[in-house]
Amino acid sequence: MSYTPLTDAERAQMLASIGVDSVDELFADVPVSHRYPDIDLGPPRSEIEVLRDLRTLSEKNLSLERTISFLGAGAYQHFVPSLVGHILQRSEFYTAYTPYQPEISQGTLQATFEYQSMICALTGLEVANASHYDGATALAEAVLMAYNVGRGKRTSAVIAPNVHPEYRQVVQTYVQGTDIQLVGDRTVSADLTGLKAQITKDTCCVVIQNPGFLGELVALDEMAELVQATHQAKALLIVVGYPIALGLIQPPGAYDADIAVGEAQPLGTGLNYGGPYIGYFATRKKYVHKMAGRLVGQTTDIDGRQGYVLTLSAREQHIRRERATSNICTNQALCALASAVYLSTMGKSGLRQVAELCYHKAHYLAQQIDQLSDYSLVTGGAFFNEFVIRCPRPIRQINDALVTRGIVGGFDLGRVDSERADQMLLCATEVHSRESLDELVDALEDVA
Amino acid sequence: MVKYDSNCRYQESHEWIRIEGGEALVGISDYAQSELNDVVYVELPEVGDALEKGEEFGTVESVKAASELYMPVSGEIIATNEELEDSPELVNQDPFGAGWMMRIKVMAPEEAEDLLDAAAYKSFCDQE
Repeated sequence: MSYTPLTDAERAQMLASIGVDSVDELFADVPVSHRYPDIDLGPPRSEIEVLRDLRTLSEKNLSLERTISFLGAGAYQHFVPSLVGHILQRSEFYTAYTPYQPEISQGTLQATFEYQSMICALTGLEVANASHYDGATALAEAVLMAYNVGRGKRTSAVIAPNVHPEYRQVVQTYVQGTDIQLVGDRTVSADLTGLKAQITKDTCCVVIQNPGFLGELVALDEMAELVQATHQAKALLIVVGYPIALGLIQPPGAYDADIAVGEAQPLGTGLNYGGPYIGYFATRKKYVHKMAGRLVGQTTDIDGRQGYVLTLSAREQHIRRERATSNICTNQALCALASAVYLSTMGKSGLRQVAELCYHKAHYLAQQIDQLSDYSLVTGGAFFNEFVIRCPRPIRQINDALVTRGIVGGFDLGRVDSERADQMLLCATEVHSRESLDELVDALEDVA
Repeated sequence: MVKYDSNCRYQESHEWIRIEGGEALVGISDYAQSELNDVVYVELPEVGDALEKGEEFGTVESVKAASELYMPVSGEIIATNEELEDSPELVNQDPFGAGWMMRIKVMAPEEAEDLLDAAAYKSFCDQE
């Protein structure tokens, strides 16, 4: 194998092939002022001084150790048992690379297999992959998979209005360059009544979120009708689900969904200022050959001993190349391990308890806020742990005032729908004590 | 010892076809399955699909590769071998018999004329 670097002639050939005159032109999207910034770190300093300065910088961030947060909308504050950190920080796991060589990677492979098995148990489906980057990209992969299951003959993807708007945007990005068309009202809403009419013989999938973006739970009979309409059109039903809610509500497998995806951050991965997160993906065995992502399988070695390997690799782009259904070739191994440790620690009954606490605390909070004269509860039907309230002032102002009281308020729905500029999406989880719930209610009353 | 079924005609892409009246069976050759190694999955078209000669009709996946399958003649798919769903290894065990992939209605039998007979296909494989 040759290690010689590129020649100028080869560089010129590549540039000509792309249609660009110089390598610098490839960075055109980076503003000129940021391309070669002057980095002035000053003279070398002692470790004590550097630590002190970095600490001062970091304290400019709000820390959830000192601030209560009621923000949800896709990323959730849940308790991470200390056991998770103890296992993750074992260097065998922390430094492990991709398990391409099973002989020396049985630990990683087994942990991933157990994660996959737990996701199947949680979603009620038959096979789960080793994970995606996040819930949004997992959904994008599910849409692409449904298109491929339909052999590319059906190009319409119906996206329910209760799906997270940012997830929809990511799916839109992913289907660029394909002939897949996204269908469905873009304005976020809990009203699914228009969905059935959008399902045609050209539909490859229907995507529903449960609980929906606004917190509402989809009624089982409504879901059953949508499943039936979807299957009648020979399309696949994809359900985007908050995994903690699956400790309480019927899983997608129970109502014949074909693919379940979502954000598994709530299972043992902290908020981490936006990432790393982890997308879970589960489906029926009959579709496994169209499923993207890494997959760990259980097998026996030549001596008949149980072992684990990466399997069905011919699905993946490093073997199928341009015929693969996706370019993903990785997973969120450490976050998947965190999820597996979290779920093992909680167990079925523990997860149920967490879900019940989330449910009851959110309902208590909603009830208390609804009693304030200046606020009202907008959410009408059943909800899990998120709900919408109407506020007397623009949400931006309410949240700024709350921050000065050491509270991070809910999501400003005006950001996704200008008609909801006075509406806030609030979230409560098991981490919120009764005192902090009451504190929010009092603070809201104050800042009205 | 790689087998060559003399009742079949072949393509350089290693599919065989055995024409019986207006219909034909299609599969992949013993040479192909031995090169592919353990077949784990075969993706076949839907019954009723009509495909042209040379058009891709499916894929065969082994543990180490995924290969496209091409129509040796134009035809309409009458049946596909459903046994292959649970037992893809039939392609390795009996590529000309139980490992058959699909039965088609032959649209233009003259298209088979430029296919290789067993001897010509064997020489082709010996050179690969």
